[in-house]
Amino acid sequence: MQAVRQIQSRTVVLPSTNIDTDQIVPARFLTTTTRAGLGSTALFADWRFDAAGKARPEFILNQPASAGCRILVAGNNFGCGSSREHAPWALVDYGFQAVVSTGIADIFRSNSLKNGLVPVVVDASTHAWLLANPGAEMTVDVERSEISLPGGRTLAFALEAFARYCLLHGVDELGYLLQQAGAIADFERKGA
Amino acid sequence: MLEKIWHDHVVVPETAETPAILYIDLHLTHEVTTPQAFSALRTAGLKVRRPDRTIGTLDHSSPTDPDQVFGRVPITVESAGRQIAEFERNCREFAVELLDMRHADRGIVHVIGPELGLTQPGGTIVCGDSHTSTHGAFGALAFGIGTTEVGHVLATQCLLQRKPRPVAVNVRGRLPDGVGAKDLILAIIGKVGVGGGTGCVFEYRGDAIRALSMEERMTVCNMSIEAGARAGMIAPDDTTFAYLADRPRSPKGAAWDRALDRWRKLPSDADARFDSEIEIDATTLEPMITYGTNPGMVLAVSGRIPTGGDAVFRKALEYMGFAPGDAIKGKPVDVVFIGSCTNGRLSDLRSAADILRGRHVASGVRMLVVPGSQDVKRLAEAEGLDRIFTSAGAEWRESGCSMCIGMNGDTVARGKYSVSTSNRNFEGRQGAGARTLLASPATAAAAAVHGRIADPRELMG
Repeated sequence: MQAVRQIQSRTVVLPSTNIDTDQIVPARFLTTTTRAGLGSTALFADWRFDAAGKARPEFILNQPASAGCRILVAGNNFGCGSSREHAPWALVDYGFQAVVSTGIADIFRSNSLKNGLVPVVVDASTHAWLLANPGAEMTVDVERSEISLPGGRTLAFALEAFARYCLLHGVDELGYLLQQAGAIADFERKGA
Repeated sequence: MLEKIWHDHVVVPETAETPAILYIDLHLTHEVTTPQAFSALRTAGLKVRRPDRTIGTLDHSSPTDPDQVFGRVPITVESAGRQIAEFERNCREFAVELLDMRHADRGIVHVIGPELGLTQPGGTIVCGDSHTSTHGAFGALAFGIGTTEVGHVLATQCLLQRKPRPVAVNVRGRLPDGVGAKDLILAIIGKVGVGGGTGCVFEYRGDAIRALSMEERMTVCNMSIEAGARAGMIAPDDTTFAYLADRPRSPKGAAWDRALDRWRKLPSDADARFDSEIEIDATTLEPMITYGTNPGMVLAVSGRIPTGGDAVFRKALEYMGFAPGDAIKGKPVDVVFIGSCTNGRLSDLRSAADILRGRHVASGVRMLVVPGSQDVKRLAEAEGLDRIFTSAGAEWRESGCSMCIGMNGDTVARGKYSVSTSNRNFEGRQGAGARTLLASPATAAAAAVHGRIADPRELMG
């Protein structure tokens, strides 16, 4: 995965609560056998396109103001439902690097961290401000685990030391696990 | 119980800087969430560390039409056919046992694990599927993972994990007649909300849980994830051990006795600490059905859709074509689906068949019955359930996820109403624009008979 240190961008706001991974990537796109290309076709497909495949102009990602935005602000419990990693793959492929909400579902959060998509959980009042100010310019600083809002306001967000290390260095956890092969073999011998 | 299982599987303990390395006893795999993981292994020149702890099945995008399953005609969804072929190649190349398309033991991953006796108390079980929580019904720690983590487990048989928070769900009293496990879990999700269990493992306890069969316990644990809890667990007891005895891959002879000794020590101590406790009174529950676009939007079949609510609530009702204050009973139905990892087991099919026996599916309603595994299919046919379904006018298929996820061509058309025994009523879950109402097999069968939402108790006995 790509290393990610600091994301500075305007926000795109999807205020709905409980946006599930079936909305982020509908199941019919899951027959793919690669990670690539989900951003243009699959991401929010049924919200972005009508039955005939035409872009719905009212949907936020189809509006010019959203172009180039890398931070998605969403309603509470974002990414609930299915474990499909296609959801963060599609968001990253589209260009998002961070998701901000008051709550992010467990499996989606874990999958996001493995793909350089930074999950940022904020308090209710910060969230309310972000929902009310779509397109706000904000910064997500991975190194400091901190977001900055217009007017110089900064707020810390929770990010595990290990996850932060992986994000900053663009490394997968697999390397770390493989280094522990000795301990794993010992465990297997003990248990057998 | 969570504490004991966790402790037994820690390879390297967690620290402030690093998560624990947790050993995985059983890795269940299927065609949809593995191709990219096998590709990653291939790129890195890695092997599957423990093929003997890994098993593959075909379920998610696989056909249920017998002609396609048995190769008499090509698989209609071409991309699914390619995905299935790739999984078959991957399993061969990496020496992973595959219950392939024509295998007698094939089925939905969360149906075959228990059925074969692979799912055992005290173990750690993962799969690239969020409904892996099902296996917690046996007192295992079982949870869904993403494809990158599937790769980690394939390569190292381990995962990096922080210990989740244990939450007790205490279900007191007995379920009334005509109210089942699906009604119970829908009621729990309605109470907790779809995000209420985030970061938690639910342990279901109490008289109502003890009285459930293993299949019913699986239905409860299966939908833990719909409340946001990555895993659900039930302490093993004699019901669990009776289910596992003599399963094809459960321990035999002296190994069984040793396993039983171990398993009996698993239940939480009386003074076990939980981060929080949720109390449910089983005695007041009724048959439940969802009316919105997440499983927490649920009410009793006798109930009315709530009034008020925010913009998200109104959008959900608009999608469903319902109005606040509407009675759910009497709403027309186009499709009825019986199946899935939630309700595709033999007792579920019996429950639906009991309603349909001597009756007919209402005109204009399509009813699809998809057994959870080929074994469930054989057992159902042996007792004549298939004939009850087909003579009532329903379709009887080969096993698979089918209309729960709609990847194999088994879908619900735009705007149509489906009463489904599956686990998710998200927008478009059963097909773009489809409107899903989740319910028990009995409630779904009653809807098929009437062509409208009905109280199944009126057709029982």
